[in-house]
Order: sequence, then C-alpha cells, then structure tokens
Amino acid sequence: MTSTSAALAGPHEHLRAQDRWRAIEVVFWLATLLPFLVTPNYLSLASQVAITALFALSLDLILGYAGIVSLGHAAFFGFGAYAAGILSKHGWGEPLSGLLFAGIAAGLLGYLMSFIIARFRHLALIMITLGFGLLLLEAANSAGWLTGGADGLQGVRMWPLLGMFRFDLYGFTAYWYSLILLFLLFLVSRRLINSPFGLSLRGIRENSTRMRAIGAESRAHIRKIYTISAAMAGIAGGLLTQTTETVSLGVLDFQRSADILVILVLGGAGRLYGGLIGAIIFLVARDQFSGINPQYWYFPIGVLLVVVVLFLPGGILGGLAQITGSERFQRMVRPLMVWRGKSP
Amino acid sequence: MSDQPLLSMKDIRSGYGEAVVLDNISLEVAERGSLAVLGRNGVGKSTLLLTIMGFTAVGRGSILWRGADITAMAPHRRARAGIGWVAQEREIFPNLTVEENLTVAARPGRWDLASVYDLFPRIRERRQANGNQLSGGEQQMLATARALMTNPALLLLDEPLEGLAPIIVEELVRALKRMIADEGTAVILIEQHAEIALSLTEHAVLLERGRIVHRARSQDLLQDHATLDRYIGMKVEGSV
Repeated sequence: MTSTSAALAGPHEHLRAQDRWRAIEVVFWLATLLPFLVTPNYLSLASQVAITALFALSLDLILGYAGIVSLGHAAFFGFGAYAAGILSKHGWGEPLSGLLFAGIAAGLLGYLMSFIIARFRHLALIMITLGFGLLLLEAANSAGWLTGGADGLQGVRMWPLLGMFRFDLYGFTAYWYSLILLFLLFLVSRRLINSPFGLSLRGIRENSTRMRAIGAESRAHIRKIYTISAAMAGIAGGLLTQTTETVSLGVLDFQRSADILVILVLGGAGRLYGGLIGAIIFLVARDQFSGINPQYWYFPIGVLLVVVVLFLPGGILGGLAQITGSERFQRMVRPLMVWRGKSP
Repeated sequence: MSDQPLLSMKDIRSGYGEAVVLDNISLEVAERGSLAVLGRNGVGKSTLLLTIMGFTAVGRGSILWRGADITAMAPHRRARAGIGWVAQEREIFPNLTVEENLTVAARPGRWDLASVYDLFPRIRERRQANGNQLSGGEQQMLATARALMTNPALLLLDEPLEGLAPIIVEELVRALKRMIADEGTAVILIEQHAEIALSLTEHAVLLERGRIVHRARSQDLLQDHATLDRYIGMKVEGSV
C-alpha cells in the first residue's frame, strides 16, 4: 500500500508522495517493449492492445476517478476515428496533426456533452450515455456521403510518421507509435490524478454534495475531466484509424462501449493500470480463444468477468493489492525489500 | 472587532420544493461568536444549517455574510467564503484514507494537518486507514477536522455527539471547547444534549415547528428549567 514517510506532511507533500514511481511500474513499462523481441509476429495485436488500453484509460479517468458511469464511451472513440479518417481521405495524411485533430474534435464533442453529464448520476447516466452512443452510430450510418456508411470509410492513406517511418504490414511502426502515445497520455493521466484536482475528483466520486460543502465546484470538475477523457478516447480512435487505414461503423458500436467497460472492470477501475492490464488480458484471450472456437470466444471472458466481480470486487489489480497489502505477504517479502532502502 | 455580524439571517422562509420547513427565522452570529440551536426532532434544526449552506430553496428573506447578500450564492462558493458544515450523517469519503479526507478539503489558513491532528490525536493514529474503517467517534472527529481544514470563519455542527460513547463525547467536547474558546472559530451548534450545548456556547435559540420561539444567553437558559422543559421536554437533573 502507499506509504507516506514524512510524519506530518502538508497536503502537497502528501500528493507528491503518491506521485512517486514504484519499481513495479518501471518493470511494467519495460515489459511493454517485449513484443518487439519475443513475439514480432504479433505486433499488430500488440498495437491493438495499446490502443484499447488508451481507450480504457480514458474511461478510467471518468468512471474510476470521478464516478461517472458510461455505456457510450465508444461515441468519442468513434468520433475521433472518423475525424482522423475523414481528414486523411481529404488529402491530409500527416499522422501527428491528424491525431491532434481527432483529439480536439472528440474533446469538443465531450465538452458539449459534459453539460448534460454533469447534471446526472448512476442509472440516468447509463441511459443517457447509451442513447447518445446509439444516436451517433445511426448518424454515422445515415451520413454515408461523409462516413461511407455501412461500407466503411474508404481511401484513408497515411503519410509516413515524422516523414520517415512507413506504417508497415507487420505493425512495427504501428506498435511503437501507439505505445509511445499510450505512455505519454498515461503520464498526463497520472499527473492529473495525483494533483489536487484528481483528489477532488475522487471526493466527488464518493460524495458530490459533500464536496460542494467543502468548497469544490463538482460540476465544473466533472465537465473538465469528461472533456479530457473524451479527447483521450478520440486520440485512441484516431490511432486505430491511422494504424489500420480504415474506419468502419464498428468504432461506434455499442459492443465497443460494453467491451471497454468489461476491460476496465476486469483489470480494476480507479487504478490507472487496471485498463491496461484488462486490455492485455481481454485482447490476448480473444485472440487465443477465437483460434480455438471462433463462435464462442466470449464465453471464457464471461466466466472470467463473473469470477472477478464475485471474488475480486476491485478487479484483478484490486485483488492483487489486497494480497500484497496483507500482513502475511508483507512478512514474506520483507527480506526482499531491504535493497529498496526503506526506513522502518 | 467590528460590530457587523459575521452571519445574519433576516426573516428567512425556506424548505424543500413546495414544503416550507422554516419560517420567519432571524438570527445573528458575531465574529468568534457561538450559538446553540435547540429543539425537538423535526422542528427544522438541520434545515437551518442546510439553508445557511445553500442546499435548500429560500422563499423569502435574506442571508448576509459579513454584510454581503449570499442568499442566492452556490454552496461551494459559501464554503470558500468561510462557512464550514459538519453534517449529522458525517459523510466521510469511505474509500479515501483519513489523510486524504483531510487533504481534499485543505485550504490555506490557521488549520492544517498538524493542527487538526493536534486537536484530535485519535485520528492521527488512523491516518492511513480508509474512511469506512473508522468507528463512529473517529468518523465524527474526522468530519469535524475535515471541515476545519477549509479554515472556516463559521462552523456549523449538526449533532456532533449523537450516538457516541461517553468517553468519546468527553474527548469531542474538550476539542470543541478549545476550538470555540481558544481558537475563536464561530460556531452554530445543534445538539440534543442541551446542557453540553449550552455550556459550550454564548447564545441560544429554541426552535419549534420551524420558528424561533425563545432566545436567551446560554448561561441563563441553562438555569431556566421551565422553558427547557416546555420546548424540548428536558428535565434538567440537579447538578449540571
């Protein structure tokens, strides 16, 4: 668990202590480089994982930290995906500025939406986000002149990244491009949630009336984080467009909103890494199980979800934290921790 | 000290939606002053605090804070202006640690982590515990400490001693006394233990069916057994 060493630290010291990097995090990010060496044939899958992880991270910001339930987050993912695709189709295939465009477009949509979101909670939110997602899907479906409708958007051509790196067939460029963006936006999220603003969000998740009573403007905070989350989802969508050079209606599908929620709950909401771990498990499982039985690949995921929710209410990461936080585990690993130079 | 009151309510009528709970309420609290609000269950004591905090619909009258009209101000802005509120339900953030519960409210001023821990040593020992792992007494101390972290000029306390063990009550009363007398935080205190409330405060009002029916200095009311008995049905035992 977290350890605050200073005896009586002020509020800012407290937050700074939370912001310190732990060894396990460094190991995790180094491990994300393994696909280059160990499974070079699976780099396309790896980049799908990175993009999905970024999408899950964006949902974690609103669901895990601000307590905003959403069953329509694919709306922003899809909006970003189409924004990037349409820009490229109309002659501007530069990836980085295209991604920025996707992020801004989805962020704007999120900002408009946030005025409604900030007024509701719980079940009402689920219905509103669900409805919004369906609306956008149908809008994209009927606006065939712009989106290609059910046939998907054709003619997306990306220029080489930084003018040098082509998007290759093996997904080499796609993976490092997606991974770097995931890492950068993860850093942003991490900084954000370990700021006073992030702590206020967690307070709002717990009790928004109480937060107002201690001086936080809950609705303004919610609007801010929702906009940020939407922009991030849009960037994830834009990445998918750019790395696959195609956009289909599937980017806006309800299934995608549901999947990302499953991924986050599996991994553990409100932990930043939950969505990342969830995305790895979900997509690798889908890849493996659909190899065994293409029709029923969702079955094992369903079983896993039920087991996790029953026995590990905090998701896989929540369960791990519970185990590693236990007295017995602490006693077991204490000898190994000496090198970290922790003072008693 | 200026003669302008810190808070003054003038002829307030307030409630929820269509329902009027309080009517014709006028009261003042001076800078560093203290006021006990007594009355039976359901007479509108908590609604009075909610009205000051801005969580009810005000139909008539005005609320002035240091002379400025705040009747229509949003709750979070009142909190920033210096009104702190400790709800009866305590409303600790269950999944934040004690220290995070305090940190999230922190605003610069006389009260910080060190000084609230000094006031409530018991919660210092639990600083890494989650809000939902605290006992009732610890929750109450944390709720009070959290409100202090916003550095309010006026603290609204809604039945802080309700349902607590006698030894915890003693500890809290000591802290409240210190807060009011030594630190000079103005307080509006709602409390069922009338003797304790009156011994802690300077002035008192009695509420009945949403109206103020009696005003007195707390010391005088403490001796006025007939009035206490009439409005809150309390038989004051021989020794106080």
